[in-house]
Amino acid sequence: MEIQGDQDVCIGAGMCALTAPGVFDQDENGLVVVLTADPSGDARKKALRAERLCPSGALRVSSGSGRTDSIAGR
Amino acid sequence: MTTAPPAFPQARVCPHLPPPAYAELRQGPALRRVTTYAGQLAWLVTRYDQARTLLKDPRLSSDRRRPGFPVISVQVELLTERKRQALIGMDPPEHDIQRRMFLPDFTLKKVRERRADIERIVHESLDDMLAQGPPADLYRDFALPVPFRVICRLLGAPWEDRDFFQDAIRRLVRTFSTEEGRQAGAELLAYFEHLVTEYKKTPDGAGLIGRLAGTGRISDDDLALAAMSLLIAGHETTAAMISLGAVTLMENPDQLAAIRADPEAIVPAVEELLRYQSIADSANIRVATADIEIDGVVIKAGEGVLVPASLANRDAEVFENPDVFDAGRDAGGHIAFGYGRHQCLGQNLARLELQIALTALWQRIPTLRMTVPAEELAPRPPGAIQGIDALPVTW
Repeated sequence: MEIQGDQDVCIGAGMCALTAPGVFDQDENGLVVVLTADPSGDARKKALRAERLCPSGALRVSSGSGRTDSIAGR
Repeated sequence: MTTAPPAFPQARVCPHLPPPAYAELRQGPALRRVTTYAGQLAWLVTRYDQARTLLKDPRLSSDRRRPGFPVISVQVELLTERKRQALIGMDPPEHDIQRRMFLPDFTLKKVRERRADIERIVHESLDDMLAQGPPADLYRDFALPVPFRVICRLLGAPWEDRDFFQDAIRRLVRTFSTEEGRQAGAELLAYFEHLVTEYKKTPDGAGLIGRLAGTGRISDDDLALAAMSLLIAGHETTAAMISLGAVTLMENPDQLAAIRADPEAIVPAVEELLRYQSIADSANIRVATADIEIDGVVIKAGEGVLVPASLANRDAEVFENPDVFDAGRDAGGHIAFGYGRHQCLGQNLARLELQIALTALWQRIPTLRMTVPAEELAPRPPGAIQGIDALPVTW
C-alpha cells in the first residue's frame, strides 16, 4: 500500500485527520501530512475511507491488490 | 414537456424534515430542470454520486457575480450585486489563497484545544436557562448563544456587541426585502471595517481578525468581509443544528436513551443528524463556466446548478432506508458540509460543538421536553439555512 497526500491540492478540511488519525494529520497550516505510508489492518481500512471522503482529491491510497473499497455512508 | 419545471428550493412543512415533494424528486433522473426563486431555469442534482462529482468539477463556479448564477433567495440576489465576494463566492486561485489564511484556526488540533472553552460556554448557557426556567426557549437561550460565543471568541469579535450583531444578522438573513438586507449588510460590513482598523493599532490582537489585521497578507476590506461572513456562517448553521438536532432526538426517545447511555454514541449520532437534517442546501449552488456532460445531459456554460445535500444525503443507493433516522448508522459519507474545495471550513468546530451541546443538554436536564408538537414549529423559508427561530421547552 502506498499513501500520498498532495499539499498543493489539499483544502484543509481535516477529513483525513478525523477519519484516519495515525495515518494522516494536518500541519500547523492545516494541510495534509502523511504519518504512516504503509498502514495495516484497521488503519489501512480507515486510510481508504479517508481517500473516499477527502473533498479535494488530495489523497492517493493505492492498495497492492488493486482493491478499492466503496465505503461512503456505510 | 407539458408542465413547467418545479420550483426549487421548496418550503419545509415540518422544520426538521425535508419538503415532502423532495421524496418524489429523488425518484426521478439524477439531473433535471427546476425553476429558481428568480424564475431562471437551472439544473437540480438529485443523486449522491453526481452531486460529489459536480461539486469537485472545476468548471462549476461559486462566483455569485457571474451571469446565470442561480438566485434562490433575496440573500443570493444581494450577493450577485456585491463587488467583493467572501470565501463562499470565490473561485481559485483567490479562493484557495484566502482559505489557507484562515485554515490555521480551524485545524482539528486547534479545534480540539477549544473543547474546555466550549464546555464552559455550554454549561454557562445551561446555568442561565435553568436559573430562569422552566419554561424556556431552547433556541434563544441555548442553541443560538452557544455557537455565537464560540465563533466570536475564535474571530476576536467583541461579545459585548452581540446585540448589534444578532439584530443586523437577523435583518440580513431573514428579510424578503432587498433594501432591508442591503442596509443590514452595509451596517455589518462598516462595523467590521472599523474593527479591523482598531486591531491594526494593537499588535497581538485577539482571534483570527487580530492575527491577520495589518499583516499585509489580506486587504482590510477583504478581512472585514471575511470576518462578517465567518461570523454568520459560524453560528447560523450550528444554532440551527443544535435546535433541530434536539427536536429530532426528542422525537426519537428510544434513540436518545441509547445515546445518553453510551458517551461514544454522540459521535455517529451527530453525523446522522447532519445527514438527516441537511440544512444548508443554500450553500451548494454553482454556475457552469463551460459545457459539462454528465449522466446523458449537457449542462451548458452559463446555466445554474443546484446540488442540495438534502437530496444527495437521502440517496437510497448510498444510505439504506434514507428517510429513517438511525443514530447508530455510519452516516460519515454525508455531504451536509458540502464537497469539493468549498467544503465547510468550520466543520470540525461544528461537530465538536454539536457533540458537546447535545450531550450536556440531557446531562443537565434529563426531563427536557417540547411544549408544542414538532410539526407546529415554524420552518424558515426555502433558500435560507433551514432551522427554527423558537423552540419552546419545559422540564
